[in-house]
Amino acid sequence: MTLKDLRSILRSNIRDYGMYIALLVIMGIFTIATHGVFISSRNIANLLNQTGYIAVLAIGMTLVIVIRHIDLSVGFLSGFLGAIAAIAMTAWGVPGWTAVLIALALGTAAGLVTGTLVARVGIPAFVASLAGWLIYRGALLLVTLKTGTIIIPDAFFNAIGNSYIPDIMPKEATFLPELHKLTLLLGLAAIVWFNLRSIRERNNRRRYGFEVLPTDMFALKLVFLSVVLALVTWVLAGYNGMSWTLAIVIVVVAVYHFITTRTVLGRHIYAVGGNPEAAELSGVSVKKITLWVFGSMGFLCGLSGVLFASRLQSATTQAGTLFELDAIAAAYIGGVSAAGGVGKVTGSLVGAIVYMSLTSGMNLMGTDISLQYIIRGAVLVAAVIFDVQTRKAKS
Amino acid sequence: MSEPILEMRNITKTFPGVRALSDVSFRVAEGEIHCLVGENGAGKSTLMKVLSGVYPHGTYEGEILLKGKPQRFHGIADSERAGIGIIYQELALVPDMTVYDNICLGHEIRSGLTVDLNETIKKASEMLTKVRLKLDPSAKVKDLGVGKQQLVEIAKALSRDVRILILDEPTAALNEDDCDNLLDILRGLKRDGVTCIMISHKLKEVIRIADTVTVLRDGRTVCTLDAGKGEVSEGILIKHMVGREIDDIYPKRAGKSVGEVALEARNWTVYSHGLGRTVLKDVNFNVRRGEIVGFAGLMGSGRTELARSVFGNPDGYRVEGELLVEGRPVRFGDPRAAIEAGVAYASEDRKKNGLILIQDVKQNITLANLRALASRGVVDGNSEAKVAEDYRSALSIKTPSIDQKVLNLSGGNQQKVSVAKWLFVRPKVLILDEPTRGIDVGAKYEIYTLMNKLVADGMSIIMISSELPEVLGMSDRVYIVSTGRITGELSVEEADQEKIMRLATS
Repeated sequence: MTLKDLRSILRSNIRDYGMYIALLVIMGIFTIATHGVFISSRNIANLLNQTGYIAVLAIGMTLVIVIRHIDLSVGFLSGFLGAIAAIAMTAWGVPGWTAVLIALALGTAAGLVTGTLVARVGIPAFVASLAGWLIYRGALLLVTLKTGTIIIPDAFFNAIGNSYIPDIMPKEATFLPELHKLTLLLGLAAIVWFNLRSIRERNNRRRYGFEVLPTDMFALKLVFLSVVLALVTWVLAGYNGMSWTLAIVIVVVAVYHFITTRTVLGRHIYAVGGNPEAAELSGVSVKKITLWVFGSMGFLCGLSGVLFASRLQSATTQAGTLFELDAIAAAYIGGVSAAGGVGKVTGSLVGAIVYMSLTSGMNLMGTDISLQYIIRGAVLVAAVIFDVQTRKAKS
Repeated sequence: MSEPILEMRNITKTFPGVRALSDVSFRVAEGEIHCLVGENGAGKSTLMKVLSGVYPHGTYEGEILLKGKPQRFHGIADSERAGIGIIYQELALVPDMTVYDNICLGHEIRSGLTVDLNETIKKASEMLTKVRLKLDPSAKVKDLGVGKQQLVEIAKALSRDVRILILDEPTAALNEDDCDNLLDILRGLKRDGVTCIMISHKLKEVIRIADTVTVLRDGRTVCTLDAGKGEVSEGILIKHMVGREIDDIYPKRAGKSVGEVALEARNWTVYSHGLGRTVLKDVNFNVRRGEIVGFAGLMGSGRTELARSVFGNPDGYRVEGELLVEGRPVRFGDPRAAIEAGVAYASEDRKKNGLILIQDVKQNITLANLRALASRGVVDGNSEAKVAEDYRSALSIKTPSIDQKVLNLSGGNQQKVSVAKWLFVRPKVLILDEPTRGIDVGAKYEIYTLMNKLVADGMSIIMISSELPEVLGMSDRVYIVSTGRITGELSVEEADQEKIMRLATS
């Protein structure tokens, strides 16, 4: 293998790798600018916890945009559902886990309402969800009218956004001191699983006579990704280990990745996005898929509301403000196409991390908030320009 | 040959991995109607895009001369200024705007800062007269039929003072009357001194209208034939286009055996809320096992509405009447129900509503029957790939791999993917709506052969087609549809073109 091969393979797959490269570049810049504070275990752990509630919204939004719609209501719906969970625990006295289930159930129902308006009544999603934006904002103000900010006393609930998975050995143990052992173990397991699966898949493809990466390139790719995974694990293990938020986000991403890439439902979603008429004539019910996607968006709003309220340990009157735009920005940075039918949930996760890294890094540098908005806007535009350009180059 | 108004010399155009044109030379004499024919993928549209500046100077090799002067077009605006107008297969009109706005779009007549409405309407009317279209210029384009829209498009081009008019398959979507009308208008333009270059798959038209025909094959010029010298005939054109003699474009079926009735409709009446009228009235038809039934008729006669109302009615028409599959009454709420009952419909417009162009060959083939490849909702990628490979080789779909986006395939191969999708649901009745529209002779032959094989295996095929030779060449029986009614049923033995046309216009 020569450097030239490497370059040509990178170039032909730039769309798939571009975002990861961008993330590394951004992280590198901030690490240098903050003299290493940015890459510290503590900051990365915080960054990932902050990304959580945007990331789950971005994942739901990806599917909404894939089927050529938009959902503006997700921010205040998430804030409203967080408040409902808080009220459930403080006023109705239900346990934390019940409050979570209530938020998820109400979220799904709210998503299905938007979905029904869009799919069955035929209202443009922009308008239907703009109405939702207004209504949920009002609802949030209404339920917090008397109390203002609601402090959440439930330990289980607050742990979701602030605690870390338990360790198998005490931190002071002589074996690998000051490192979170269970996180290391999980990271190791993930690396092994990832490598085995990649190899199995490649062998499968080869058995069918399909094109695969050359062996040396494939090995390089595996080594590279394993090193990245190992580094992330190491950094996280150096602080408190994996947070519950991160664990939840990983599960959500895994489930959605599986649904979108492997299942009939996922394929039907992308078919509807790619060409709704052709999908309908192929026996795919566009209405049903639209309902599914908006229902899932609502469910994730519930989850996002719980993550955010838990992180603040309270529900506020301002919760969820502008989350919808952050989620949409993350999805676009992650490579979803407004024309429909294109976009990966893993891309949107990375998009969310890129987006939150900017915020986190600039906060560390003490960048003024005015400048922060401008830079975030520029990165969004740059990401979409990159996307459009590479798409042109390919076709 | 008189002095060429246009000469393209040694044009070579390559795309990544493909040489679309190699060393093509093309000469057009002033004031002639010059037809450009060739199989799909032969390079006709690419050549015209080079000429019109869609592919700017520098992205190809070779030179373009207008009246002997070399030209360098950097965009469509340049070629328009030089007097070249191009009309694409897919019309480029804004449906919600008026005819006059469309005609002057991009070249608005201004008085001061505003558009001069009176001048605009006057100019539009003049142009409409030129194309002999009697029409209120303030009508909206979306309210016009395809034939009239085509003429508006030509009027639009003429308003730019074109000297050379390029038409890319202008008649592909037109019925016989509109076709005749269009060809007349082209003759009229010729008298006015406009040079026309027409790309067409309809060889009969080419023979009727062309002064000169250039045949392209595989990105090369095969020959240029002079109609005046009697060099142009269907046989000769086909021979040059495919590079071989096709003695019979409609393959014969060995041993026909027609069985029980597979699909029957009784008193089928369809009302469209969108159009606000009854599009089909009291239609009765049936198709038997092992039979190809042709549905002939003019564009807009209601054949596509008939097919779609039977196929689960995705358009939400109000439907009355009875539908029977193998003798059992059925009622389909959506296309899924129709598919499950064994009825499949390959739509007439594969790009618009047949295929998902941004997805790959494999995903398109399996879409309608993905559940057959899944257990508990999870798709088995390996068996999916195997299915796709099987259809790829069975239908000889030409693609580098089944992971190729359908977007990158030629029209004929796209059509094969569309057919493969429906074969994979293993239907009892396959409705093919214009199965060979816009595809080349070789691919047509393959589709016909496939149809024969399918009915020999016991499938029933309903073929909707606007090409009479195709209807006559392939069908066992023909229904003729005219303005929402079935005006005739003929066995292929008693049918001929005149009879069908008479019934179709009755």
